[in-house]
Amino acid sequence: MDSSPEVWRLERRGILRDSVGVGIATGAYAISFGALSLTAGLSVLQAMVLSLFMFTGGSQFGLIGVLAGGGSPWAGAATAVMLGSRNALYGLRLAPILDLRGWRRMLAAQLVIDESSAMSMGRSGDRGARAGFYGTGLAVFVLWNLGTLIGAVGAAALSDPRVLGMDAAAPAAFLALLAPRIRSRESWALALAAALVALLATPFVPPGIPILIAAAVGVAFGLRRPPAAGSGSRPARVAR
Amino acid sequence: MIWAAILVGCAGCFAFKWAGLSVPASVLANRTAQRIAALLPIALLAALIATQTFGAGQHLVLDARVAGVAVAAVAAWRRWPFLVIVVLAAGTAAVLRLLVPGS
Repeated sequence: MDSSPEVWRLERRGILRDSVGVGIATGAYAISFGALSLTAGLSVLQAMVLSLFMFTGGSQFGLIGVLAGGGSPWAGAATAVMLGSRNALYGLRLAPILDLRGWRRMLAAQLVIDESSAMSMGRSGDRGARAGFYGTGLAVFVLWNLGTLIGAVGAAALSDPRVLGMDAAAPAAFLALLAPRIRSRESWALALAAALVALLATPFVPPGIPILIAAAVGVAFGLRRPPAAGSGSRPARVAR
Repeated sequence: MIWAAILVGCAGCFAFKWAGLSVPASVLANRTAQRIAALLPIALLAALIATQTFGAGQHLVLDARVAGVAVAAVAAWRRWPFLVIVVLAAGTAAVLRLLVPGS
């Protein structure tokens, strides 16, 4: 069911162009991560270790958010790991597409993040899904670490990401990732419910936790409604 | 202690990534698990958008980010490219802050 070589060449070019675009956007965001790491009390080396080995933006921001708010390093680590739990669910969907064993699986696992997973979904074939995953994963890895380094080293100059509007760029990037997934009335309802619950929880729980509560809303949605035939809420990949 | 917490955090995050690729394929045969895996990113992304647009620590605020994200929403609805959406949001917020200091 894969397309012809000519069509595939064009499709791959489009996928790789999008991958670099996502990489540049997240790389710019990483500049603010690097800068904020330093203001939260981390060293340049610690910020780089997080971007190289944790390499999952939400978790990294969660960790330094807890530190900056006066929380303990262990509370920060716990928040980071809980926020990273969603990557397991992405991996679940990517496993049959990537089909890897041993050390190749270990290396690919490090690239399982929001952006690479999102860019692999909604492709017409496994070939396109793999190109989206590896292209985006590698572009984001390189530019995320480059951005972290620039931000950490230049922390003094860029310690306020608000000046460049970077704090608005982050939710806009998530919006751009969400928009193509909102295809049915159910996905609209879930998105609105999750956003509302996260906002209502914000004053009462530490930063990062509202996202986990919203994740629980998503799980509850999946458990509560029996899958209706042809509901349109499941991406084509799962429908095969 | 901070180094230990950083390394444990890194190990925990990697463990989740690897576990997702490693659990038996039978888990994928479960329709409920498939539904949850498809719905979860929607819930997470919507929550991230909401908290990063209105959140400041444990407070909710209205500032220039709202205008930036509103412009981004229009751009996303018009199906403009990813980078255009992000740059428009950042630019809108930055310009608004020049015009209205403190926003």
